[in-house]
Amino acid sequence: MIKDKLSRTPVSQQPLIVKKEEEGGIGSFVEVEINGRKIQVQMGTTILEACRQNNIHIPTLCYHEDLCLAGLCRICVVEIEGMRTLQAACTYPITNKLKIQTTSEKVRKARRHILDLLLSEHYGECYSCHRNGNCELQSLAKEYGVDGYKFGHITERRHTVDRSSYSVIRDMDKCVLCKRCVRTCIDLQEVGVLEATHRGYDTTISTFYDKPLADVICINCGQCINRCPTAALKANDPSDEIWVAIDNPKKHVVIQTAPSPRASIGEEFGLPPGHSMTKQLNTALRWIGFDKVFDTNFTADLTIMEEGTELLNRLKKKLVEGDNNIKLPQFTSCSPGWVKYIEHFYPDYLDYLSTCKSPQQMFGALIKTFYAQENNIAPEDIVTVALMPCSAKKFECNRPEMHSSGFKDVDYGLTTREMAQMIREAGINLPDLEGSGFDDPFGDASGAGLIFGATGGVMEAALRTVYEIVTGREVPFKNLEITPCRGFEGVRQASVKLEGTLPEWNFLEGVDLNFMIAHGTANAKKVMEALVRGELENIHFIEVMACPGGCIGGGGQPIPTSPEIRKKRAEAIYNEDRGLEVRKSHQNPHIKYIYEKFLIDGPCGHISHKLLHTHYVKRGKFIA
Amino acid sequence: MLVSEKHGLTAEIESLAEKYGRTREALLPILQEIQMRHGYISEFAQQEIANFLDIHPVEVYGVVTFYAFLSRKPEGRYIVKLCQTIACDLADKEAIARAIERELNIKFGETTQDTKFTLQYINCMGMCDQGPAMLVNDDVYTHLTPHKAVEIIKSYK
Ligand code: SF4
Ligand code: SF4
Ligand code: SF4
Ligand code: FES
Ligand code: FES
Repeated sequence: MIKDKLSRTPVSQQPLIVKKEEEGGIGSFVEVEINGRKIQVQMGTTILEACRQNNIHIPTLCYHEDLCLAGLCRICVVEIEGMRTLQAACTYPITNKLKIQTTSEKVRKARRHILDLLLSEHYGECYSCHRNGNCELQSLAKEYGVDGYKFGHITERRHTVDRSSYSVIRDMDKCVLCKRCVRTCIDLQEVGVLEATHRGYDTTISTFYDKPLADVICINCGQCINRCPTAALKANDPSDEIWVAIDNPKKHVVIQTAPSPRASIGEEFGLPPGHSMTKQLNTALRWIGFDKVFDTNFTADLTIMEEGTELLNRLKKKLVEGDNNIKLPQFTSCSPGWVKYIEHFYPDYLDYLSTCKSPQQMFGALIKTFYAQENNIAPEDIVTVALMPCSAKKFECNRPEMHSSGFKDVDYGLTTREMAQMIREAGINLPDLEGSGFDDPFGDASGAGLIFGATGGVMEAALRTVYEIVTGREVPFKNLEITPCRGFEGVRQASVKLEGTLPEWNFLEGVDLNFMIAHGTANAKKVMEALVRGELENIHFIEVMACPGGCIGGGGQPIPTSPEIRKKRAEAIYNEDRGLEVRKSHQNPHIKYIYEKFLIDGPCGHISHKLLHTHYVKRGKFIA
Repeated sequence: MLVSEKHGLTAEIESLAEKYGRTREALLPILQEIQMRHGYISEFAQQEIANFLDIHPVEVYGVVTFYAFLSRKPEGRYIVKLCQTIACDLADKEAIARAIERELNIKFGETTQDTKFTLQYINCMGMCDQGPAMLVNDDVYTHLTPHKAVEIIKSYK
């Protein structure tokens, strides 16, 4: 149904279309010799892939698993017998018998030479750099035993650091021009903020007309940060201010933690991807000095109540009352990168977005109202921090609308990486800690709130609740695992039939609830184009997350990222959900409590409209 | 830029997009035509071109800043292009540059108030053995001295 637009990928890099298994075609095998070892590889495999499959190390810099090939940096060169020049292993497809040398003198010298050239233009010292210890350029220098600057070393800045954005800081003096950010922003996200501009020595990665990042159409997703090999891109880090608040005895500093950071923060402490650190993280946060530790999953559950009700209201108005101003499908609105994307690129379609705030912002508003009242704390003395996998949340908490409590609802958005740094600074080795739970009055949340962290999770959580509201029965999937919602395909579509409805919802009897899921804004664009063409008439609900893989692949998550790593993190979340007692948002006792005590006119009532819902800005894509 | 001018430019770009096709490949020919007709490609024009070709403005900007024959600012009637590459540099293009700058009272990269002259540096144009060398529009001048360069400029005034 959704047609792919003409790809930006050059013809040379598009997949070859050859009949499978045919002699000499894709799928057949060919024998190559690498460093004297005979190896069978599939036709079309690049030399780099072949080497990796066989545990032969080749250094790379511009190559990234998530991105199209570039062949820019040449650090991956290898020697092929019979060829005069060295070849880039990352782009060279194997189509016939080759004899390859990956460590010959010629290769080593060439790589060292490339490295010396890169370093000659690289400004900065590793010990004052936030990527110290996790920088691909630094590792290469170590790998090749660089012990001096053969071609000199620049000691003066050539660029100014762009600190305009709430989310992403750009320091082009540390850029190695690998264009990973460019390929991320254009191909992976289809936002198109960054490109290599000017020429020769002056070549720089820049925005349109070198404007500050805050003034262009950046959606703050931070995907470029996650794929930058150096410190040229980083998130806007508020941890210094948070330390000040923690050290101030007059301030009551509370933190909410989103579902994804707990599934990934172990990586920052040397654990392999896929270890949930929920309980240990809680303990660490208390040791650091946060006065209360809350679970964002609580407001994820709340989001399900509000957004699910909103969907049912829309369906009712449209199907029963025949109100044609009601927009369907309803899109989720919990990903601030996606919200800014639609504000820029499809400003005429904002009515399709759910009016629900993201869980982060709902929580902020509740902490400075409900929580402040219940505990007799003046809201102006409360500092709310949100631990998020996301750089766009930093922008979101600074949106002028986000003051429903009368104060700035969320004071700081902190990424997983920044949190790990704070924990290290406090002298804590996270995996060593004993676990502890979340604080009341929000307590431990449901598994539905937890799976918000992975693409498809919001949809799955919503279905678990909506289906049960409408039919009074559990959603008919084994173990509550709505498998069509899971996985990593860019755009997914499925439906659930509503049968045996309760009297109030009879108008939905026999209706197929059709839903779609998209992750990464390039995929969101495909969905939006289909909507614009009028092809989504039958769809009711669409989940979009701006980041590939959803929040577990967020722009604030540990570096590096790859499809494999994101899969592991998602598994960690799903495993944790499986082990929880409460797995449906509406059965979370704390949710029931808050609707009884505080949000007394129910989901989508007046109070929740004031605190938990928002409106959007028609931004457009013209860059002023 | 006046609103009416903007509309004119949009219509013009649209017709060029029709002519060359609304694809990435049409970018260079469209830029060349706009450059030829207007003498430069404005910020607004770059965004409109991106719009019609469904590419990103920053990609257009990348191309415009890459090619020396595309400019982002209005230019003078006479474009003085002085070679800055190594042979001409060694032949003291610096002295020529200073003399011309003094004569026109502008710096390289700028255009005179009366929009008569624009000063630009270019890279090697193959006159290396006869440097310093420069172009005034399409006329080539070689073996320059500061005095000779100033006389040449005066002859265009
Ligand atoms: S970017 Fe990497 S190489 Fe450069 S200063 Fe930072 S850690 Fe060192
Ligand atoms: S944060 Fe996202 S939108 Fe902004 S430049 Fe990076 S990849 Fe592009
Ligand atoms: S900013 Fe980072 S990702 Fe982008 S080109 Fe520079 S080094 Fe590469
Ligand atoms: S990694 Fe192969 S050219 Fe950069
Ligand atoms: S160096 Fe000036 S023309 Fe070649």
